[in-house]
Amino acid sequence: MTSAKPTLEIRDLHVAVEGKPILKGLSLAVNKGEIHALMGPNGSGKSTLANALMGNPKYEITGGSIHLNGVDVLELSADERGRKGLFLAFQYPTAIPGVSVANFLRMALTARRKEMGMEKPLPPKEFRALVKEKMALLRMDDSFAGRYINDGFSGGEKKRAEILQMAVLQPEIAVLDETDSGLDIDALRIVSEGVNALSGPNLGVLLITHYQRILNYIKPQFVHVLVDGRIVKSGGPELAHELEAQGYDWVREIQAA
Amino acid sequence: MNEPQQTLDIREGYKEKFGFHDDIAPVFKSRRGLDKSVVEEISAMKGEPAWMRDFRLKALEQFEKKPLPNWGGNVGEIDFQNIFYYLKPTEEQTKNWDEVPADIKRTFDRLGIPEAEQKFLSGVGAQYDSETVYHKIKQDLADKGVIFLDTGSALEQHPDLFRQYFGTIIPPSDNKFAALNSAVWSGGSFIYVPKGVKVDMPLQAYFRINAQNMGQFERTLIIVDEGAWVHYVEGCTAPIYASDSLHSAVVEIIVKKGARCRYTTIQNWSNNVFNLVTKRAAAYQDATMEWVDANLGSKLTMKYPSVYLMEPGAHAEILSIAFAGKGQHQDAGGKAVHGAPNTTSSVVSKSISKDGGRAGYRGLIKVAKGAKGCKSTVRCDALLLDEHSRSDTYPYMEIEEDQVSIGHEATVSKIGDEQLFYLMSRGIPEAEAAAMIVSGFIEPITKELPMEYAVEMNRLIQLQMEGSVG
Ligand SMILES: Nc1ncnc2c1ncn2[C@@H]1O[C@H](COP(=O)(O)OP(=O)(O)OP(=O)(O)O)[C@@H](O)[C@H]1O
Ligand SMILES: [Mg+2]
Repeated sequence: MTSAKPTLEIRDLHVAVEGKPILKGLSLAVNKGEIHALMGPNGSGKSTLANALMGNPKYEITGGSIHLNGVDVLELSADERGRKGLFLAFQYPTAIPGVSVANFLRMALTARRKEMGMEKPLPPKEFRALVKEKMALLRMDDSFAGRYINDGFSGGEKKRAEILQMAVLQPEIAVLDETDSGLDIDALRIVSEGVNALSGPNLGVLLITHYQRILNYIKPQFVHVLVDGRIVKSGGPELAHELEAQGYDWVREIQAA
Repeated sequence: MNEPQQTLDIREGYKEKFGFHDDIAPVFKSRRGLDKSVVEEISAMKGEPAWMRDFRLKALEQFEKKPLPNWGGNVGEIDFQNIFYYLKPTEEQTKNWDEVPADIKRTFDRLGIPEAEQKFLSGVGAQYDSETVYHKIKQDLADKGVIFLDTGSALEQHPDLFRQYFGTIIPPSDNKFAALNSAVWSGGSFIYVPKGVKVDMPLQAYFRINAQNMGQFERTLIIVDEGAWVHYVEGCTAPIYASDSLHSAVVEIIVKKGARCRYTTIQNWSNNVFNLVTKRAAAYQDATMEWVDANLGSKLTMKYPSVYLMEPGAHAEILSIAFAGKGQHQDAGGKAVHGAPNTTSSVVSKSISKDGGRAGYRGLIKVAKGAKGCKSTVRCDALLLDEHSRSDTYPYMEIEEDQVSIGHEATVSKIGDEQLFYLMSRGIPEAEAAAMIVSGFIEPITKELPMEYAVEMNRLIQLQMEGSVG
């Protein structure tokens, strides 16, 4: 195996939403085993990046490339990307009334396993045990599995449910879009510990956040700052502290200089 | 050899699973078209008593006199003289699957009927074109006095009980199609559940149209005596032909004091069937009548199962699903008539339309003067899968009493891009994701079904969705 190619490689990405350019030449590489934090002001394009990565058809790629393990992701539909191990924990997860979390997880896992060469779905007993284990990791009540996806979930429950899906599907690259917002102090710790438990040499994480707080739990090796559709600064964990102390005007000034 | 021309635009999966036909040589087939002599011939074939022959002939007169309904769907297309009104597929009805002719048995095997009977049913009837080819009830229920027969056999074996109730809930004069059914009826189920007997597993009938240009006119009569309980399930399918078939049933139900009846339909006709069915129940003191009515397939369905709440404490539950695909029109709904004080009704309708199909809810809540303290809630939700499809809601109310509580809620939604993207991002292919959303939409109804039928419903929804997206 060559270590030359990054797991996820984004090059000079340009994305427009409803004809309006949002990302204007973004490059980023995330490897398995790495944790990257992406910070930036409201409206700078963080969720746009997340959606474009995942293949949301509303987001039009106007230039650049995305590769996952050397495969051209832009050729793939959202479901193919999901099966290949890309995962997005949504900033605003959608409710699907009438479809239970367990049912959904079973379908999704079966699809993902198939992609990984496992033709047969996990036997029901093992599946239930797996979900139970992951729910315990995230301190979720067992009854959760029977509820309808995000239907009537509190803000914090939605975020937890996103991480539960990640835990079950075991992606290679996970983009967590403001998973920390809306979580109370205890939940933030539990969810962070959950993410930490899942991370390791087989998982790369791109953590989108506004706050230093989550970075006290989940330690990124790299921090990037996105302003107006471009990464204007990258650095180590200390960058997050500087941002917290000085605000985005500080990087805007650096950029202007 | 005589392969019928198949319409190409419809559900691929249906063709394979249900849309096949058998080349059988019927024992008897009436000539095309309808007149007095055809009706007399049917009656004679069946060796019926004179009163039934007269009933049929009077009904025929009413059919001929009555105008076609000018609302609902386009029934003007039906060519009544091009239809075969009676086809007898076998000489004898049997209680043993092994005695059913091989071709016909193969059909029911493919549809999974004998297997279901083994697993979770109290009794099964299987009708093939005009006649029932198989009928059986579990011995312990028969010992308790439960009668489950095809309707013709019930007329023979229980003439008094039969005549006491037959045609009392839906007289031939009710509407043109009830009159037609009354004139040419054949097959259907007759159920009598004696006082206090609870039939815990469902009784099921399966209706299969096989011949081309066939008319199927089964007639079902269910009497649930005081404090008794029954769940009856019917399923229906037909081959895909280029020309139309007609299915026009009449279902009459009497639910006596404190009794409970649930009638579940999972209709899955091919797209060349006109399905015009009259279903009505009378519920007496503290009785409960539940219609669970799932309408998939057919060219046009007009069906509004109704409950007449005759005495205080009676309750009606109507759950309706209508799914219209390309070239289909589902005009479904329900009716609750509150004829006594303190009666309650609840209607939930879920309609889905896709590929230019048209599905809707047409319902009536009626409260008679003096029926104080009645409660009724109606909820109808429509889901549109694309821009070319159509949903209609016609909620009629005739409330003649002030001291009542009536609630009505209606929503129309489109399948959300957000929802599709969310499911797909987890690796679920688009068609499956769409099917999941639709299954979720009707879940408030499918969760009421026994597990086996809920699974079947979701499988059928999946089939409907196949090849539709993208
Ligand atoms: N689906 C959409 N429809 C219309 N405009 C959109 C859509 N998605 C993003 N935009 C626009 O693109 C710009 C970037 O939005 P994006 O959601 O990527 O920002 P963000 O960095 O995630 O902000 P926040 O920190 O507030 O979550 C904004 O001006 C937003 O209004
Ligand atoms: Mg965002």
